[in-house]
Amino acid sequence: MLKITNLHASVGEKEILKGISLTVNAGEIHAIMGPNGSGKSTLAQVIAGHPGYEVTSGSIEYDGQDLLELEAEERAQAGVFLAFQYPIEIPGVTNAYFLRAAYNEIRKAHSEPELDPIEFLDVMEEKLKVVEMDASMMQRSVNAGFSGGEKKRNEILQMAVLAPKLAVLDETDSGLDIDALRIVAEGVNKLKRPDNATIVVTHYQRLLNYIIPDHVHVLAGGRIIKSGGKELAHELEAKGYDWLLEPVTA
Amino acid sequence: MTPTATYSDQFAALATPAGAPAWLPALRQQAFERFTALGFPTTRNEEWHFTSVAPIAERPFKAIKPAATTLTASDLAPWILDPSWHRLVFVNGRFEPGLSQFSELPAEVEVATLSDALRESPEWLSAHLGKLAAFDAAAFTALNTAFMQDGVVIHVPKGETVELPLQILCLADAQAQGAAFHPRLLVVAEAQSQISLIETFAAMGGAEYLVNAVAEVTVADGARVDHYKVQQESTDAYHVSTVQVTQGRDSIYHSFSFAAGAALSRANIYTKLLGTGGEARLNGLYVLDGTQHADHQTFVEHIAEACASRELYKGILDGSSHGVFNGKVYVDPEAQKTDGKQTNKALLLSEQARVDTKPQLEIFADDVKCTHGATVGRLDELPLFYLKSRGIGAESAKALLTYAFAAEVLETIENDPLRLALERAVFERFTHASFE
Repeated sequence: MLKITNLHASVGEKEILKGISLTVNAGEIHAIMGPNGSGKSTLAQVIAGHPGYEVTSGSIEYDGQDLLELEAEERAQAGVFLAFQYPIEIPGVTNAYFLRAAYNEIRKAHSEPELDPIEFLDVMEEKLKVVEMDASMMQRSVNAGFSGGEKKRNEILQMAVLAPKLAVLDETDSGLDIDALRIVAEGVNKLKRPDNATIVVTHYQRLLNYIIPDHVHVLAGGRIIKSGGKELAHELEAKGYDWLLEPVTA
Repeated sequence: MTPTATYSDQFAALATPAGAPAWLPALRQQAFERFTALGFPTTRNEEWHFTSVAPIAERPFKAIKPAATTLTASDLAPWILDPSWHRLVFVNGRFEPGLSQFSELPAEVEVATLSDALRESPEWLSAHLGKLAAFDAAAFTALNTAFMQDGVVIHVPKGETVELPLQILCLADAQAQGAAFHPRLLVVAEAQSQISLIETFAAMGGAEYLVNAVAEVTVADGARVDHYKVQQESTDAYHVSTVQVTQGRDSIYHSFSFAAGAALSRANIYTKLLGTGGEARLNGLYVLDGTQHADHQTFVEHIAEACASRELYKGILDGSSHGVFNGKVYVDPEAQKTDGKQTNKALLLSEQARVDTKPQLEIFADDVKCTHGATVGRLDELPLFYLKSRGIGAESAKALLTYAFAAEVLETIENDPLRLALERAVFERFTHASFE
């Protein structure tokens, strides 16, 4: 589904990703772990098409297409979803309007009929249950005045509504208490299907107690320095990142 | 011919309305002499530094005698916010009783056209008309006072609450071409009374005309006046308005100015907080395109102690439009415990659009809390990326964020039908989608 080959990306003059290669197949969950500043979030944002990063070399193939050729909205319409580390507040636009606009844009891209507000209510009702959110949240402005946990749940709600093929969760666990973490993780698990894939970007292992990855990759200094199965996450939890970093710097 | 000479001939020919009291011609004469002495302001005048009224001065706008309108109630539907409200309708400056309804007002509340009030309650009027709107240094107010033909007079006695809002609709159509209108509004809200007013200025078609409006509003002790103004004049028209308010103890005056029409508009909104504990809220939104120019000038005078003033003005500018916001706050040495906040933000949608903003704080008391902030900018990249990352195309994302920028100030409108109407107008203008 996703094939990243020797990807280099920069912000301004500074190179952050220095040759990432990664293959993700349908049905898989990949965890990307690593210390702060390793390039994890950059990788997530480059996949989603953040305009602040320049891809200087390498390629990303998604579903047989050149992902880097697509605008951010075209990637979303093709089924790519990024759950933001810091969801953006949009005062003045209700969550209900925002979600329906996004939902309909994606339907339009697939030549499916758009839903009116009443029809969309039915879709919403079902999806709100996935993240245990109250319907009253729909009438509030997007993320405005939401707590950290509410914002992250709202990201997963969007994911539930948009039903992506490839979901990238960027530090979705940061700043969450244990209850919110459980709700978010259960939401992700409920949305799992054999034909979609998930990349979980995280600093800590604890989210991976709830979302069990098939593959774990450690990112440091803009490169994947180690890959393994779910046991690698436990090893990182026990030993930290230093034992992996030393050989690189030596 | 000098700009003021155009008006000299007209003034000489001006007839005093039948049955008008003797003091009226004297007031007019005094005002006209003042206008002649002042002339139209130029950009050398500090109050008009960013707004040239040369296009108004150069055009020989004239008073007209319009025929009775053939418009029907259904023609007015786009501007009637709620058919159950009290309303007074003027078409091309002419009062249209058949399109108006205000007989259901509480018996004690007096609402009349200015021409009726001049006949029916000249003594009361002489105590109020022209008492707040000083024209010593204000040429447009002087011009209005000299030429005012009609308008609305509202007297809400002590303790009375007018439950339903009152809408004043001033509509111009093709007959308005070349005309000057000088509508006048006088509101006296006595102690503990309440009223909500909506002034709508709108046009059918693209005539070139001048509206020079003056309003005087007294908000007595414990009274509350909500005063909304919707300016959707023809984009070839010129619109100047001045609102002068005085506020008593614990009074509330909330103003909202929406400006989307006119080639050139200037709105002056001035309030004096004369009694302890008064509250003034002056908010507004202007939405401009093409070569439109809109200027708002607010002036809050904190004269008494412990009053609060809040101002939030926002502007959205496209094309090569030009916006001006000049917010003055004066805090008297006696006005301790003043709490003042002024914010103004402009969003530029094009390279050619321009904004001049000038906050002016003059604070002469030491125990006060006064802040002001101004920002001018473009849409932020990050929210745009957020929307795009959800599949929303670049153009729709920009439109939605532009609407969101406006919504923050529209949300402060406490009148739901008006808030919805303006939200809808702004939403549909930018998104070209229907508002649900």
